[in-house]
Amino acid sequence: MTDHLLDPAPGERPWTRLHPLSPLLHFGRAIAVVAAVFLPRMANPLLHEGHDVPWPEMVGGAGLVLTGFVSWLVTRWRVSHGELQIETGLIRRQSIRVPLRRVQAIDIVRPLLGRILGLAELRIALAGTGSSSSRLAYLTEERAHEVRAELLALGAGLAGDTPVPSERRIVSVDFWTLLASVVCSATAAVVTAVVIAVAVAAVLTGSPLLVLGIGWPILLTAGAAMARQLNAEYGFTVAEAPDGLRLRSGLLSTRAETVPIGRVQAVRWISPVLWRAFGWHRLEIDVARQRLSAGGEHEGGHLSSALLPVGSEHDAATLLARVLPGTHVTPPPGSQPPWRAMWRAPLSYRNLRAWHDDTYVWTRTGRLRPTVTIVPLAKVQSLRWVQGPVQRRLRLATVHVDTAGRGWHAVAYARDQDEADLLLWRLTELSRSARRPA
Amino acid sequence: MDFLRPSPRLWTARLLVWAGASAVALTVSTGAAGWMVGRTLAAAVAVGVAVVAGLWLWMLRGRYRAWGYLERDDDLLVRRGVLIRRLSVVPYGRMQFLDVTAGPVDRWLGLATVQLHTAAAATDAHIPGLTSADAGKLRDRLATLGEARAAGL
Repeated sequence: MTDHLLDPAPGERPWTRLHPLSPLLHFGRAIAVVAAVFLPRMANPLLHEGHDVPWPEMVGGAGLVLTGFVSWLVTRWRVSHGELQIETGLIRRQSIRVPLRRVQAIDIVRPLLGRILGLAELRIALAGTGSSSSRLAYLTEERAHEVRAELLALGAGLAGDTPVPSERRIVSVDFWTLLASVVCSATAAVVTAVVIAVAVAAVLTGSPLLVLGIGWPILLTAGAAMARQLNAEYGFTVAEAPDGLRLRSGLLSTRAETVPIGRVQAVRWISPVLWRAFGWHRLEIDVARQRLSAGGEHEGGHLSSALLPVGSEHDAATLLARVLPGTHVTPPPGSQPPWRAMWRAPLSYRNLRAWHDDTYVWTRTGRLRPTVTIVPLAKVQSLRWVQGPVQRRLRLATVHVDTAGRGWHAVAYARDQDEADLLLWRLTELSRSARRPA
Repeated sequence: MDFLRPSPRLWTARLLVWAGASAVALTVSTGAAGWMVGRTLAAAVAVGVAVVAGLWLWMLRGRYRAWGYLERDDDLLVRRGVLIRRLSVVPYGRMQFLDVTAGPVDRWLGLATVQLHTAAAATDAHIPGLTSADAGKLRDRLATLGEARAAGL
């Protein structure tokens, strides 16, 4: 077995525990809640002497501390035989083996409290579900970086003590651009529309409070979404290292993702209409991994798919060339659907395009957010040819190219029926030969 | 090469479900109309329900006829739908796992559905109305082919 060669040291490596302060971060919120309930009551007996001790809170607090301590005590991990092994759980014992060859990406997440204490969480993303359980929470920051480098090196088939490869910064997004891009987003447009609607309705009905009561939740949600995006994408930096692209971002809690280049399933190049005046674009990548479950949510637990939240065409093109070499988003002539597709898609007709070469397939769709989806043919999972009743009347058909991961798919929308047939077989053929190892 | 079609027993299964549902709908709606208003309305309702049931039967017939699948050297083709026509191409190398399911009516008639799953959630490839023996054979054949042609993500 080659797996034994991956083991950096002969013999078994000792099991290690996580950082002793981990439970504090795990139960950070719960502790805050308990403290909020507990402290005022705790203060009371001190003020009015002779009152009874608040037993329920005391027991609850002690239980929480004990649970945290025990969960820390029974959790241990090590890297061995090309695997990351984690054992955890007291009553329901769980043993996790992560084959490092299958690792799709590794993230270092630092929630606000973790940053204060100098701790970080390591998340190992695999293609399957349940990736939220393959994580090490928490390690010291230094250790987290060491372990990440080791895991990535082992995953790439190198020795575990390969020195951390040096990295080179390619692109970073400054705060004002990000702020402006968020302000010019669809969410902001919704907010504006709601504000205007509320104002008009308040004047018309003469009961501003009622109207405000209806508009308020929408505003709050939209505002929270914008704040979350700002928080997640603040200080966005992309650096290139031999083991993949490093994406760093975050205001309160920070995250550093490492995406091995060969793992990219699809790229989206989005050029929202509202950004056209600034010449900005957004790049998103899809790696075959599942969204983290709600249970894995901390501050900053939100998984960003952005490769570039906002940037000039030059920046976007530079990054695109790194991720999928030899691609560009300028559609070649003859890539638009026939004129009669206008009847089926009057609004987005102008933006509909589809073209391909031997390695990639490109499709463009959308009206307010024209999006070019690029899929390497070697990553195609399946192909679908779909024709609705209106399309049949117009002798049109749509070809979907399915990829793994978030379920994005490239859609060659409303092509001529014969062309769609041809496209389906051509792409099937090309993806078959692309899949074969050369 | 021609597309293979589901077993004719699938049509029996569809007819059974159709007949059951139509009978219930006809009895309940006609009964309610007759009891609450009168005979004339009951007759009108009965005609209406019958027309809808007829249309539904026609749809079912078309959909039953549209089903087809074809095992090629490297991929499986699945064709379906009348109003919205679909043709899926699933390479064997991309299969993650296979499902064979059978509901109560299917089991009674000795039928089963084979479904293919890839790493993409959007993949839509299932073949209903295979006889249990055929479904088992197809599953084993696909599993073998999938293993032989497996490709990494």
